[in-house]
Amino acid sequence: MTTPRVAIQTADFDLSAEVLALRNADPGVGAVASFVGTVRDNNDGAGVSAMELEHYPGMTEKAIEQMIDEAFRRFDLRGARVIHRVGPLLPRDQIVLVVVSSAHRGQAFQACEFLMDYLKTQAPFWKKETTPTGARWVDARVSDDAALARWGIQGSNAASA
Amino acid sequence: MPTIRLKFFASLREALGPTGQIELPAGSTVGQARDALIALGAPHSEVLARGRAVRAALNQTLCDEPAVLSDGDELAFFPPVTGG
Repeated sequence: MTTPRVAIQTADFDLSAEVLALRNADPGVGAVASFVGTVRDNNDGAGVSAMELEHYPGMTEKAIEQMIDEAFRRFDLRGARVIHRVGPLLPRDQIVLVVVSSAHRGQAFQACEFLMDYLKTQAPFWKKETTPTGARWVDARVSDDAALARWGIQGSNAASA
Repeated sequence: MPTIRLKFFASLREALGPTGQIELPAGSTVGQARDALIALGAPHSEVLARGRAVRAALNQTLCDEPAVLSDGDELAFFPPVTGG
């Protein structure tokens, strides 16, 4: 059975197991690149003691599938896997995993960064963090739109209106 | 009149609830749906106000305000996304 390319889940994930699955699936793989995003204990000058992640069931999975399709069009990839957690999380917890496989490292490095830049500004997730002064929704960053623009994709997720 | 199914997320969900629906004249756009919701008054007029950063998705694909709605469409409004 083939592992689905996208998982949205409350449970934690295991980087080693995901890398192994991509290697085992294809003897033509010569490079695996991965990124793990984790919960920081601070953001925008305030301490963060907890975080809650919300998503748009159905759309989130579809959006990330389309991003992976685009990554396959742009780069010489053999495989890809994206896992994003939702629900309550604590500092040090893993939030997101991107793993891509290719024949050689260059394409794998690039595709991994492309997928993260794309996901940050175009996948429907929202973070609410708990700080000493109460809970607040996290603001989108203009720098994340700029990161996506490097790939020739214009996004205006963080624009003020 | 065409009926549009509404979904709200994050801060908009907290203010308006997770779902709703609205009837609009045939050929209405996403921007006109937003205006019709604003016309309902508070809290809609506050969280969807022009000048607030609000994003939209039509049938689970990101869209701009000129996108045209059809009967039974799923239209979602939400703040800028902050995943990853």
